[in-house]
Amino acid sequence: MEQRQQLAEADHIKVQVSAGKMVLVVIAMFAFGFALVPLYDVICDITGLNGKTGVIDASQAGDDDRFTPDTTRDVGVNFVTSVNEFAPIEFRAEMPSMDIHPGGVYEAKFIARNKSDQFLIGQAVPSVSPREASLYFNKVECFCFENQPFEAGEEKVMPVKFIVDKELPERYKSIVLSYTFFNVSDKAK
Amino acid sequence: MSDHDHGPAKGLLRWVTTTNHKDLGSLYLWFAFIMFFVGGFMALIIRAELFEPGMQFVDPQFFNSMTTMHALIMIFGAVMPAFVGLSNWLIPMMIGAPDMALPRLNNWGFWILPFAFAMLLSTLFMDGGAPAGGWTMYAPLVLQTGDAFPFVIFAIHLMGISSIMGSINVVATILNMRAPGMSLMKMPLFVWTWLITAYLLIATMPVLAGAVTMLLMDKFFGTSFFSAAGGGDPVLYQHIFWFFGHPEVYILILPAFGIVSMIIPTFARKPLFGYASMVYATASIAFLSFIVWAHHMFTVGMPLSGELFFMFSTMLIAVPTGVKVFNWMATMWRGAMTFETPMLFAIGFLVMFTLGGFSGVMMAITPVDFQYHDTYFIVAHFHYVLVPGAVFSIIAAVYYWLPKWTGYMYNETLGKWHFWLSAISVNITFFPMHFVGLAAMPRRYADYAVQYADFNAIASVGAFIFGFSQLLFLYIVIKTVWFSKQESKATDQVWEGAEGLEWEELTSPPAYHSFTVPPVVK
Repeated sequence: MEQRQQLAEADHIKVQVSAGKMVLVVIAMFAFGFALVPLYDVICDITGLNGKTGVIDASQAGDDDRFTPDTTRDVGVNFVTSVNEFAPIEFRAEMPSMDIHPGGVYEAKFIARNKSDQFLIGQAVPSVSPREASLYFNKVECFCFENQPFEAGEEKVMPVKFIVDKELPERYKSIVLSYTFFNVSDKAK
Repeated sequence: MSDHDHGPAKGLLRWVTTTNHKDLGSLYLWFAFIMFFVGGFMALIIRAELFEPGMQFVDPQFFNSMTTMHALIMIFGAVMPAFVGLSNWLIPMMIGAPDMALPRLNNWGFWILPFAFAMLLSTLFMDGGAPAGGWTMYAPLVLQTGDAFPFVIFAIHLMGISSIMGSINVVATILNMRAPGMSLMKMPLFVWTWLITAYLLIATMPVLAGAVTMLLMDKFFGTSFFSAAGGGDPVLYQHIFWFFGHPEVYILILPAFGIVSMIIPTFARKPLFGYASMVYATASIAFLSFIVWAHHMFTVGMPLSGELFFMFSTMLIAVPTGVKVFNWMATMWRGAMTFETPMLFAIGFLVMFTLGGFSGVMMAITPVDFQYHDTYFIVAHFHYVLVPGAVFSIIAAVYYWLPKWTGYMYNETLGKWHFWLSAISVNITFFPMHFVGLAAMPRRYADYAVQYADFNAIASVGAFIFGFSQLLFLYIVIKTVWFSKQESKATDQVWEGAEGLEWEELTSPPAYHSFTVPPVVK
């Protein structure tokens, strides 16, 4: 009888140890779910998914051989604009497209207007396609880096400065840069 | 040892306070049975609306609520609790243990469920309606859910906690409570498949909990995990969800593999062909389930290398699954087969699950999946693997073990009627969906173009026959459990070809506390 009790006690400890281990796995996997968020960003940066583009520091531009325009090559850059659901914003590119030389610094202008009679904060989210080309598309300065405040009815001209890397593979003759404007008034700090 | 040979306590409170694995197994199974009818009723609302093109009975918002709730209830309320109920009843009896390793956790795991589903079902009466964005709850659409939103999220948290507790219990029981001599490679296959399923649940349920927590934070706490405006990405949600979701679909089928691997040898009167390969195949399927998730989202715009990786890894799953199917066929080959109801459902499982598997291989091929994506072809596929797959296996298990549990045989004639009605109507329901799917009828719409009308009418007729056939099942079970006559008493072995501890060492029905002294397994 006593032996059986001792056995039962040993079993009890074994059970608690394995249950404890599994609780640790559960906690680790819950954390893993959240770890997927930064992990996904890393993968997007590597692959250019999600319209993530390369970023060149403004000071770098100009003093590197990479950033002298390659005049033997023309690449078309097309601009696409859209507005997220229900945002009272009018949004367009000044020119629908431009021809550029890889390596040169170019500026394009986008125009947005607050159609409502209230103050709002907008945020443009960029995307570049084809996706493989997005890694070679570098924005030096962009209105999309920051929240954009608009007074009621205000219209703004917003510049983006970009360089297309000279290493852009030959097969890409044109690139699309698209922006979606969101109303983030309730999210902005 | 006599001090432990008492029966259950009296009164209703017994069911609330019980820690007995048999009581809890029954509670889980009855809960699943009720949810099966609730979810089935919703399916019939869907099929009634789709009987003809145009809007007949419900508005589109409610229709979408029905598809969403039908899926959530069937997956988390019917199939999963039914498998947990079977594991509760059977695992201790199969490995020679007196009870589950953590009986109080077991009680808690079950009693969370009624509250979780009360919360989920209460959303039907809320402002803005029940969730209607699909059971996958993709952001940003699901964030438009009305008052129901936090209730859905917390209901899912509770279901997850319940499944995790059940799984911890299963693993702790199997690893620590086996009778002397019951080595891992001697365990019945149902125990093996549940051990692996439990690991899948422990590894993936927390990820789902994380994903829905992020949704909750995006909605109420101003974070931007899935909001592009704040630097997040809605596609990220799909990755996290399917990282849980694909292992989840194997959670819904691996115990079914275990059940079928128990039933077919009994009625073929031959040992299971390729026991060891069955174990390894199950483990391989479980491993592969973690690296194939993005085949649910081929169309989101992945790098080509990603599409290829997920295509090939998905097709790889056909190899261990094929091993299983061929093993079952080899078990039956030249066996002295008889076709009692459990065997009929097991063979029905084998044939129709394989059919669903084939359409699965078709949609694994990335370029053609662009055509199938979000059409009724997908609906046909996953209903073939879940209804004549998972659900048939559960029904087979109930017929197979009910005489052991209750001590009485069910009515074999009615059982056969139940099988043939179900097997025929399930095909009338879901086979035409392949055709309308290939013709591009999208899923999750309350209306459709007129060229799909004929096949949809056929599917609806089949669905109603299938739904009402299950009332026959309910009748058979109730009659066996409470209204059996003495002459339908089952023997201890029940089936001529049945082998294993629960048939050879225990009476029918088994004592309330069985195996208080562990048997010795040779």
